[in-house]
Amino acid sequence: MRSSFAPLNFWRSTIGKKAVMAVTGLLMLLFLIVHMLGNLKIFYGRTEFDHYAGWLRTIGEPVLHGAWYLWIQRFVLVLAVVLHATSAYQLSRRDQKARPTKYSHHQRPKANYATHVMRYGGITLGLFIIYHILDFTTLTLNRHGVEGAAYDNVVSSFSVWWVTAIYILAMISLGLHIQHGFWSAAQTIGANRPSRDRLFRNVATGLAVFLTAGFLVVPIAVLAGLVD
Amino acid sequence: MKLTLRIWRQAGPAEPGRMVAYEVPDANPDMSFLELLDVLNERLTLEGDDPVTFDHDCREGICGACGVVINGQAHGPRERTTTCQLHVRSFADGDVIDVEPWRSVAFGVVKDLMVDRSGLDRIIQAGGYISAPTGSAPEAHSTPVPKPVADTAFDNATCIGCGACIAACPNGSAMLFTSAKVTHLNLLPQGGPERAERVLNLVEAMDAEGFGGCTNSGECTVACPKGIPLDSIATLNREYLRASLGRK
Repeated sequence: MRSSFAPLNFWRSTIGKKAVMAVTGLLMLLFLIVHMLGNLKIFYGRTEFDHYAGWLRTIGEPVLHGAWYLWIQRFVLVLAVVLHATSAYQLSRRDQKARPTKYSHHQRPKANYATHVMRYGGITLGLFIIYHILDFTTLTLNRHGVEGAAYDNVVSSFSVWWVTAIYILAMISLGLHIQHGFWSAAQTIGANRPSRDRLFRNVATGLAVFLTAGFLVVPIAVLAGLVD
Repeated sequence: MKLTLRIWRQAGPAEPGRMVAYEVPDANPDMSFLELLDVLNERLTLEGDDPVTFDHDCREGICGACGVVINGQAHGPRERTTTCQLHVRSFADGDVIDVEPWRSVAFGVVKDLMVDRSGLDRIIQAGGYISAPTGSAPEAHSTPVPKPVADTAFDNATCIGCGACIAACPNGSAMLFTSAKVTHLNLLPQGGPERAERVLNLVEAMDAEGFGGCTNSGECTVACPKGIPLDSIATLNREYLRASLGRK
């Protein structure tokens, strides 16, 4: 039954949940673009990179107290991840229940690979985010693990081949997720039109390649000894 | 032509079903797919077997009654073609063809290849109409409709409600069907007064039937015999967001 509280109806509907996924996804995408560009500062050397990493803790000062901005951003991002994952889980459960019987003659999917692996990619990325935070935020798993020594922490992790391998797999997942996700978000929030469809698909592929390549250049450079 | 049909046989809604193979040695390439089933049924009846139950009515692709999944594809291998308009010549001599009913939790199997699509009727009842005073037809030019709007509305009005979109969707979602109604009626001035209420009611009814959500995989539009485009789903999303934000 429809409630008199419109946001509740919105959240309960399949389109509403999908719109929540679209908006939180776009928010995370925006963060990833800034994150990736910031990472590239490592190529300017230890002093500049550590200074940049330190500066991130001072954004918003003196209006905000030290690191407050960072905590606000963390809160918003965690909220985005939780809403994105909750919507995805609830919708996926619903989708699976809606089609309990498979066809005995297998349907060849017309959708591309990226669309097909969205759910697996989402789970992969969720696990990766936990690993990534333990590696570089809490430094729990980091071999160097010195707070403030961002450059050396990065180099110590990516000098290990299997850590770099995990990052490569995760960033390929990310690229595939964005390739379907960005276009899908445009469709979900109703921004897509036949005249813009090609553009949205191309921007999605462009963003996917741009982010995957941009994120991977750092660990590969470390492993190749270009950054040490 | 000699064809082997593997058909889903199920005696009733609660009965277990299975695929059963039948040979049709004398198939004419110019038969429609439903006539192929008719030929098989004639023989099954003469042999004392239970004929295969399937839905059909106009047999000219406009009523939406027929529809089975043929070799994993809703309405078979030809694009923009209903099962009744598909011909045996689309297959090769000696082919083995799998014939199954639409699969969705919202479409229970009634018998064999016939499913209960009344969920789609309930969606229509929730908002697939306009409220207008009846009587003699109004003067055609009293409500001007821009040509592009009329075209889009008409394209969406060609939906015959067969359910192929739901059968093809990996999530059993009815978004393409519902979006065709919303795009058809919400764009026209005649649908304007009920614009917000219509989309909210349609989506609520759609979700209540147990259909899955849209993952933008695009299987529906490929299966649709009327070529309802994915753009209609973007329009449905836009209309739903607009109405949810309280705009009339």
